[in-house]
Amino acid sequence: MNKPPSITPSIEAERSAHPGELFDDRGNLDIDRLRADFPLLARKVHGKPLVYLDNAATTQKPLPVIETLDRYYRMHNANIHRGIHAVAEEATEAFETARKRVAAFINSPSERSVIFTSGTTESINLVARSWGGANLKPGDEVLISHMEHHSNIVPWQLICAQTGASLRVIPIDDHGQLVLDSLDDLLTERTRLLAITQMSNALGTINPVSSLIKRAHAAGAKVLIDAAQSVPHLGVDVQDLDCDFLAFSGHKVFGPTGIGVLYGREALLESMPPFLGGGEMIKQVRLDGSEFNDPPYRFEAGTPNIAGAIGLGAAIDYVQSLGPERIAQREAALLAWGTEALGSVPGLRLIGTAAQKAAVLSFVLDFAHPLDAGMILDRQGIAVRTGHHCAQPVMDRFKIPATVRASLAVYNTEREIDSLVQGLEKVRDLS
Amino acid sequence: MTITQHDAAEELVEAFALLGDWEERYRFIIDLGRRLEPLDESLKIEAHRVHGCQSTVYLVPRIQSGDPPIIDFQAQSDAAIVNGLIAILRRIYADRPAPEVLAFDAHGLLKRLGLDEHLSPTRRNGLHEMVKRIQSLARRAMESAADADARPSSC
Repeated sequence: MNKPPSITPSIEAERSAHPGELFDDRGNLDIDRLRADFPLLARKVHGKPLVYLDNAATTQKPLPVIETLDRYYRMHNANIHRGIHAVAEEATEAFETARKRVAAFINSPSERSVIFTSGTTESINLVARSWGGANLKPGDEVLISHMEHHSNIVPWQLICAQTGASLRVIPIDDHGQLVLDSLDDLLTERTRLLAITQMSNALGTINPVSSLIKRAHAAGAKVLIDAAQSVPHLGVDVQDLDCDFLAFSGHKVFGPTGIGVLYGREALLESMPPFLGGGEMIKQVRLDGSEFNDPPYRFEAGTPNIAGAIGLGAAIDYVQSLGPERIAQREAALLAWGTEALGSVPGLRLIGTAAQKAAVLSFVLDFAHPLDAGMILDRQGIAVRTGHHCAQPVMDRFKIPATVRASLAVYNTEREIDSLVQGLEKVRDLS
Repeated sequence: MTITQHDAAEELVEAFALLGDWEERYRFIIDLGRRLEPLDESLKIEAHRVHGCQSTVYLVPRIQSGDPPIIDFQAQSDAAIVNGLIAILRRIYADRPAPEVLAFDAHGLLKRLGLDEHLSPTRRNGLHEMVKRIQSLARRAMESAADADARPSSC
């Protein structure tokens, strides 16, 4: 395999010299060794070993990512593109190499389809404002689902209000699964776009996006996939999915915060007007009008998050060195363990019991408010998230104000889940 | 008013000093909350809702006009620890003259109780917003008292 040049030769050299270091004799992940790559996992909170179960909010960072950021700022920091000096050239090469890595990671046919954004939220807003602003008109419909994160609801509400299009919603059932029968009515010739999550952050539900994309295309609609949660757990292949747009965030896949990706079908991107105006996104600027650059640069106005993109490249290398299949397999085992362990807690009700789900254990307790549970777990060193998880419509659907959410990553252990169960007994004792 | 604000604060500090680890502190706070007078359902309306909390908090002002105005309030949350924090706020702020409410250093007291981490606006337990709401009640009561003084007497 031809690996793109890296600005982290020493780190990569070290890792490739010990390709088996994270695996045991049978090729399975050695979780103790893996955890040693994540310095934060070794810290204590309130005097207790940290049990980090808030990975759907953000993941911790492995040493190759931390060291890449450190090395970039120590040795290679310069503004990219148009620089004629050596350091600018190095930074540009590292940035564009990161773009190639992202393209390869999601199997994009071209790196020109990969736009760096600040995260999933900006990616979706970019499509709503640029594509939506140019293509939506009164009578058109945008279709989302009841389980979307606010960042895949509000941009569509805004652009619908602006263009006169309407927003329609695929309902979910009591398990937190899409009610697919409703598509017969909801997906029509008026539907211009289906914007849907591949995996719910609040419920863990995995949606059958492949078949949804086929149905939407058959109805003449474009499809945007919110892959913020799915990329770290399932991996994605945009050609296999055949989606038109796909958005994800670096920080949920072991990369830095403030960097994300929008994949767009190249022909679509070429037809879209700019999102933000500024430097970098133009070919030529005259006072009476400007000529815009080609994608992806047309959508990357201003100095981008250079370090973030390079850090994301390192994170992707890390994920690929573990192997997305191994990650999915390990997490499935953890989820099964967690589902059973939490199922044994009297008074606990799981919210989100879809047949297809991953990495998220969202629940309510009949003996404590989620906030009380979160605060008492925190004192025991257990980090979970409580609240509506930026998915208030999901909470409304289940008629609950909030949930406690334990969300898993590949570095979590069965023992940590058992700590959560013990921690919940303390919640019960105090409540 | 039974005891002064200063004495109420010192009583709390003494009570907390007797508590050992976090568990005893949380148990004590939750017990304080249990003894709160429940809020009538009819008062749980949006105008009384305190935002900035993951739990649902209602705070109903009860102001006695006068010179100075007396600030009182009733509040309730659906979370047990937040109810305990409300009980602590009531000990300090309820049934007190508005100038005392405004002058009181809530942060200083919560720090002495080891609860100052809860006052941070980034902690979504509503404590920060409740203190702000109570202080603004006191400020407005003072302003309307001053306006009333400034108006010429009609009799």
